[in-house]
Amino acid sequence: MATQQVSIDDATREAGGGAVRRAVKDAAIWGLVALGVLGPLVGLHAVQDIRGFLRLDGRWGLLAVLVGLVVAGSLFGSLVVEPWKERRARTRPKAHPLAERARVGFGRWFPPVAIAFVAVYPFLALWLTGFSGSIKWIDNFGIQILIYVMLGFGLNIVVGLAGLLDLGYVAFYAVGAYSTALLAKEFGLSFFTLLPLAGIFAALWGIMLGFPVLRLRGDYLAIVTLAFGEIIRLVLINWVPVTNGYAGISGIPRPTFFGIPFTASSTGFAKTFGLAYSPIYRGIFLYYIILALALLTAWVTVRLRRLPIGRAWEALREDEIACRSLGINTTNTKLTAFAIGAMFGGFAGSFFATRQGFISPESFTFMESATIVAIVVLGGMGSQIGVAVAAVAMIGGTELLRELDFLKAIFGSAFDPTQYRMLLFGFAMVLIMIWKPRGLISTRSPSVFLKERRAVSGSLVGEGRG
Amino acid sequence: MTEPAPILLEVDHLTMRFGGLVAIDQLSFSTRRGEITALIGPNGAGKTTVFNCITGFYKPTEGRIAIVHGEPQMWEELDALTLKGDRKLALANGALFLLERMPDYLVSRQAKVARTFQNIRLFSGMTVLENLLIAQHNPLMHASGFTLLGVLGIGGYGKAERAAVEKARHWLELTDLIDRADDPAGALPYGAQRRLEIARAMCTDPVLLCLDEPAAGLNPRESAALNELILTIRDRHDTSVLLIEHDMSVVMEISDHVVVLDYGVKIADGRPEEVRNDAKVIAAYLGVADEEVEAAEAEVGL
Amino acid sequence: MDVFLQQLINGITLGSIYGLIAIGYTMVYGIIGMVNFAHGDVFMVSAFFALIAFLVLTSWIGIGSVALALLIVLLVSMVLTGLLNWAIERLAYRPLRGSFRLAPLISAIGMSIFLSNFVQVAQGPRNKSIPPLLRGEFVLSDAGGYVVALSYKQIVVWVVTALLLAGFWYVVRYTPLGRAQRACEQDQKMAALLGVDVDRTVAITFVLGAALAAVAGTMYLMYYGVISFADGFTPGVKAFTAAVLGGIGSLPGAVIGGLLIGIVETMWSAYFSIDYKDVAAFSILAITLIFLPQGLLGRPEVEKV
Ligand SMILES: Nc1ncnc2c1ncn2[C@@H]1O[C@H](COP(=O)(O)OP(=O)(O)OP(=O)(O)O)[C@@H](O)[C@H]1O
Ligand SMILES: [Mg+2]
Repeated sequence: MATQQVSIDDATREAGGGAVRRAVKDAAIWGLVALGVLGPLVGLHAVQDIRGFLRLDGRWGLLAVLVGLVVAGSLFGSLVVEPWKERRARTRPKAHPLAERARVGFGRWFPPVAIAFVAVYPFLALWLTGFSGSIKWIDNFGIQILIYVMLGFGLNIVVGLAGLLDLGYVAFYAVGAYSTALLAKEFGLSFFTLLPLAGIFAALWGIMLGFPVLRLRGDYLAIVTLAFGEIIRLVLINWVPVTNGYAGISGIPRPTFFGIPFTASSTGFAKTFGLAYSPIYRGIFLYYIILALALLTAWVTVRLRRLPIGRAWEALREDEIACRSLGINTTNTKLTAFAIGAMFGGFAGSFFATRQGFISPESFTFMESATIVAIVVLGGMGSQIGVAVAAVAMIGGTELLRELDFLKAIFGSAFDPTQYRMLLFGFAMVLIMIWKPRGLISTRSPSVFLKERRAVSGSLVGEGRG
Repeated sequence: MTEPAPILLEVDHLTMRFGGLVAIDQLSFSTRRGEITALIGPNGAGKTTVFNCITGFYKPTEGRIAIVHGEPQMWEELDALTLKGDRKLALANGALFLLERMPDYLVSRQAKVARTFQNIRLFSGMTVLENLLIAQHNPLMHASGFTLLGVLGIGGYGKAERAAVEKARHWLELTDLIDRADDPAGALPYGAQRRLEIARAMCTDPVLLCLDEPAAGLNPRESAALNELILTIRDRHDTSVLLIEHDMSVVMEISDHVVVLDYGVKIADGRPEEVRNDAKVIAAYLGVADEEVEAAEAEVGL
Repeated sequence: MDVFLQQLINGITLGSIYGLIAIGYTMVYGIIGMVNFAHGDVFMVSAFFALIAFLVLTSWIGIGSVALALLIVLLVSMVLTGLLNWAIERLAYRPLRGSFRLAPLISAIGMSIFLSNFVQVAQGPRNKSIPPLLRGEFVLSDAGGYVVALSYKQIVVWVVTALLLAGFWYVVRYTPLGRAQRACEQDQKMAALLGVDVDRTVAITFVLGAALAAVAGTMYLMYYGVISFADGFTPGVKAFTAAVLGGIGSLPGAVIGGLLIGIVETMWSAYFSIDYKDVAAFSILAITLIFLPQGLLGRPEVEKV
């Protein structure tokens, strides 16, 4: 709306001169705002002196640089980006049919190629970075990203398909993790027994929490799910006899390869297969477990979308009242979405517990829920490809920031790039939303067709009110 | 006329209040099987509210709404069922439902009353065909073994879905939408959206179809086609129709029976030609103000 | 009874802070239907503005009068926080207005993460504490060794909150701005057609919400004497809870919701367990919404078919 107004204003002005004057004025305003806001926050640094009192240090150089950046950014925006956007809007009035076809083609070839890539990824990493170097790439990147892909797929059922905004998804992840940890320690059950149990527990929790709240609509549902997420976390913190509170639960048994543990002992995996011991084997094994789980989630979701239940979820997102007029029990339909989404969250939690060997409430904060919701929305509601790409970009991207040690060479050794990780994460969320409000992949692929499957443009797809 | 057709739906002393506003006041009427009943009245008369009460979206303040499937003898059970407090009675030769006691989705699923909406409610991001399959949700849900078997690919879901697509194709052909089957519903032109909503309602196999201003916004050609469609539904699909319509030409041409509402009160009830000449109806439609009604009535000789 | 009275006093103080923050949520929700998730962090930043202004005043300029210092700190923080929220609205929310419903929400969550981490990077992760101000209290009763007291700080919080709420109430009730706000709430397109500058009205709403959050932030800093970059989330969520509890979109509802949450929290800490006070607050929210979905003072949502 704002950009439109600006462009009309600009058009009525005679020529470039007015636009430049305007841009300078805008830049000056933004510069002043930046000075006002950043002046105290950046220009003045409240540091504790030796006696514990706060003292102010000036950082005027840094402040000048930041304000300068803001001014430059504003000028760049109004002199380069705006005219460019305008030109683009003029030269390309409608979505290109070719672009449309390309997008559908992308949907066809991308999944197999991506699956082939992730299937060979650990060996690729081994080949490229060697035994010790690849642990990071397989564990920190591969496994970490796949956990979020799986969580994204699970939440996608609830948010993307059924259109129910769940801001407490992490609760089910926590239920999965804690039930696995507690049952493993209490009864000595193995991971592969606990995995389905964790899923079932999480689904039951989903039904229990969902039943009273699913009548609520829109943001009410969001806030109640958020509240439930927080309640579960607070209970985990405070119910010390069972959960051990903040200290968490450690010593959760790791998964074994059909009974063979990944240890250096004589009965361990490496010895049994005549290999030199390396922690990488467990990493690779875990990688394939989570890959299998993520693919299972994806596969089940694809199947569900083509079944009446999946269609009913999407219909619910489009128009709940119309659904009811067609005889669909919307409460049950929502509940199944909630429960199935929760179940996959539980699986992921169970995997998380066994991968880490240690869990604590710290891992189940609202930030996790927000990250997962962000992945679903950034990916494009309902699109599994989009969710996967968004998870890779957001989680992989922030993990990559840990790798920016070379920046120390530029900014001095006191510079710690990792502290900018979440800062940039948040900034990227805002930017991506502005760039693509409907997410990376906004088109919807119909679940059934008569003659030809044609993608539905994102602007027609509903966003859900629940 | 020969023996009148048996009664399908009976609305009995229906009252609906919204706070102080009495949207429907002690309304009673009935529709007969195989007939098209028109519900007409000026804006704000309460027509849509009647639909909402019948289809379970609003719980009426007072009154009874009953529908019978099968043998008309089922009507004899009406009072017993009302007293018993149940909402339905299914016997070998038919079934009786008290709609005001049923939640909205059961009105469609069990009592087989389907509806369209005054401001169209399609699943606009889904294709035309998908819209029609969602209307067959409940039978398809059974066929998919409540999803469990369907996910694993066990059972005859594929066959059931093909049959559902065939049924959808039938309605797409009747509503002249077959060429748009794979287009998103939201991309259709207005008239086509109206027809799609009717096709979608018909895919639930209703015994009673409630149409809320189906001709609104249609051009004369589309309107004529719509008349054909409604008549086809009545004559060939064993579905009775309850119709809200402002377009008098449509009402007079296709309806068998007309009920006129004004400010929530029934002011006329009869065959189209009777209602057309009814003085109160004329007064209501001429839009005389409340206090002038009596004067107007006196004027037209009541 | 004494415990009850003391906890009531504490609860009202805490609740005033929640209520001030809650207004920002409820106003923004009312006017553009968006949950401004970053509002809790805006509150946190405002406390930092107050902290730094306080340090400038005391250590650089050397103001002696605490009352004067507080007043200046309050004004500075309100202005700067208003500026900040204006910028946030322009950059992160306005481009998304009228688009997909979840887009502004995600943008706000991103903004919330950005703000707290920005403060962490800029001012360091440690808690910042100021020396206690306004020591002293009125002792209300001293029976049986249990002292019920109303501290000067609490009085300041009450008075400032009450004054600003009154002023604010006047603005939204009786000025053209308030009328424009209510018009936008009802129907933005129509308001625009009738000559209301919607962009400007929304921007002012954000600025007003931020100014009230800054009051809360300054009071929080004065009352607890400590602030850290992570202190936005929990009060933010509780204030949002308060807004929903009171009926989102309703200004008196936000204040009442805030007071209720504050009182429940302190009472629960006193009578049951301090560990579960947040659980109590969230449970009350869930229970209220389940039985009274529109909140205490919200308009019931009619489902027009
Ligand atoms: N959910 C509701 N809450 C409050 N009032 C309602 C509600 N639904 C309908 N009304 C009121 O009931 C009266 C009848 O409305 P209704 O929509 O049934 O009229 P209608 O005959 O369908 O009119 P139209 O021809 O304009 O569609 C109106 O005054 C309307 O404002
Ligand atoms: Mg109507």
